[in-house]
Amino acid sequence: MHNKTIAELSAALASGEVSSVALTEHFLARIKRLDPELNSFVTVTAEQALADAAAADAARAEGSAGPLTGVPFAHKDIFCTEGVKTACGSKMLDNFIAPYDAAVVSKMKAAGMVMLGKTNMDEFAMGSSNETSFYGPVKNPWDKERVPGGSSGGSAAAVAARLAPMATGTDTGGSIRQPASLCGITGLKPTYGRVSRYGMIAFASSLDQAGPMARSAEDCALMLQLMAGFDERDSTSLENEVPDYSKGLNNSLEGLRIGLPKEYFGEGLDPEVAKVIETAIEEYKKMGATVKEISLPNTHLAVPAYYIVAPAECSSNLSRMDGVRFGHRCDDPKNLEDLYSRSRGEGFGEEVKRRILVGAYALSAGYYDAYYIKAQQIRHLISDDFKAAFTEVDLIMGPTTPSTAFNVGEKSKDPISMYLSDIYTISANLAGLPGLSLPAGFAQNMPVGLQVIGNYFDEARLLNVAHRFQQETTWHQQTPAGIE
Amino acid sequence: MSLEASEVKKIAHLARIAIREEDVAGYAESISSILGLVEQMDAVDTSGVEPMAHPQEAVQRLREDVVSEPNQREKLQANAPAVEAGLFLVPQVIE
Repeated sequence: MHNKTIAELSAALASGEVSSVALTEHFLARIKRLDPELNSFVTVTAEQALADAAAADAARAEGSAGPLTGVPFAHKDIFCTEGVKTACGSKMLDNFIAPYDAAVVSKMKAAGMVMLGKTNMDEFAMGSSNETSFYGPVKNPWDKERVPGGSSGGSAAAVAARLAPMATGTDTGGSIRQPASLCGITGLKPTYGRVSRYGMIAFASSLDQAGPMARSAEDCALMLQLMAGFDERDSTSLENEVPDYSKGLNNSLEGLRIGLPKEYFGEGLDPEVAKVIETAIEEYKKMGATVKEISLPNTHLAVPAYYIVAPAECSSNLSRMDGVRFGHRCDDPKNLEDLYSRSRGEGFGEEVKRRILVGAYALSAGYYDAYYIKAQQIRHLISDDFKAAFTEVDLIMGPTTPSTAFNVGEKSKDPISMYLSDIYTISANLAGLPGLSLPAGFAQNMPVGLQVIGNYFDEARLLNVAHRFQQETTWHQQTPAGIE
Repeated sequence: MSLEASEVKKIAHLARIAIREEDVAGYAESISSILGLVEQMDAVDTSGVEPMAHPQEAVQRLREDVVSEPNQREKLQANAPAVEAGLFLVPQVIE
């Protein structure tokens, strides 16, 4: 049952082959058996899940079920879930019970989907390996010595280990695509503004975007359909109509123009990863696509600009964690400033503190123009590179990450080397473009992800292109050893 | 770009984050290396380039000034460390 796609599970539920309760029990049992070693879940809401599953079965019996009613899944612990602990990977929110549902959470509930629990993540989504979580690192199901990537590492590992058919993720600099790549699953970061940020704990508000993480593009299409849409409670939500993401999945790729940015294939890219990507591109040529080398000349500035914009916005967003209204409060504060400083000093982990400090520095008097304004100008240049590219090609392909999953502990002492693992994903966030990672093969016995970046609101095409590849290949169906 | 220990302490104060004395040197080093990475931006002439506020140049949406949320004070304060009579408690601010 756990190897079925969401489309297949939906059909099995509709035909009565399986009940939602039985399905939910099956996944809960897998979590119980396999997750103690993986640590992909921080909270398992077994009781509520079974109650929701029973309600889903009842709805189906009376004929009021939708196609996704009763399908189990997991939420990244960055989404507020009413009445359920929402800690965002941080000691700061270890005692926080969300008082309301995020927009994405409400939508999944309205569709009758069954939440199995909340997945582990880097603290406040700041990390690329899931090692900054207060709840301990997540192990990569393909090799438990290695990281699953981050920040949506728990979601990626849970889907890869078949502990849930899909999980939600968020992506600020690659946090859906990079772990999807490292764990061999399919993950989509939509256009900025496509999915509501309401109730999603903010990291860098001008970059944050939620999206689906699942085994196939077909499943991601079903999930994006549910997640996408305008929400007046998110001030940067966009009003564009939501198309039918499943309708064009099988469209022909004849004449599709693919751009390969030379900057994504240069120094720093593992040669074995490069080989897998080149083979995948050949597959697209066989399907009728044409390939052209392009240039995104400001690519090397993406990581530098990001490490001003994201820390600056996080230092502002995380100022709400002050020990007064919610979250961790230090013992016996001497005065108000002591309360703020010690609560934050104790509640935040090292990487979060480092980024807040970088942000506070960049925004402080005398430095604002040199850092924040400069970074926002560079962002414009990066965005213009893509605009120019999209006049020549329909979409852009390259590796999602420069290497396969690295070892636990390998990069955690060196922030810069960790930051550079997002070198190919960050640009799409800075430009606000949609990006998808899909399994393209293996290098050193670890999964390799192919990244596809599209023009604004071109999610349907990304899903189409990924789906067609998944019709021709079986990389997305490979399962890590020991988790069958 | 290298940050002095005194500057780390100053920004930690601005950010209201207590950091232990023995950790200051480590932060100075790692933040300096991040600022070193960021320095690559200086090589680019950005004069005349508009800073990007929204990827699609969208402007802030306005709405009617009407009540949209019901009062949920008790529920929202359930997470607070200290509350009395519907108010958040903090150490004495005014002598």
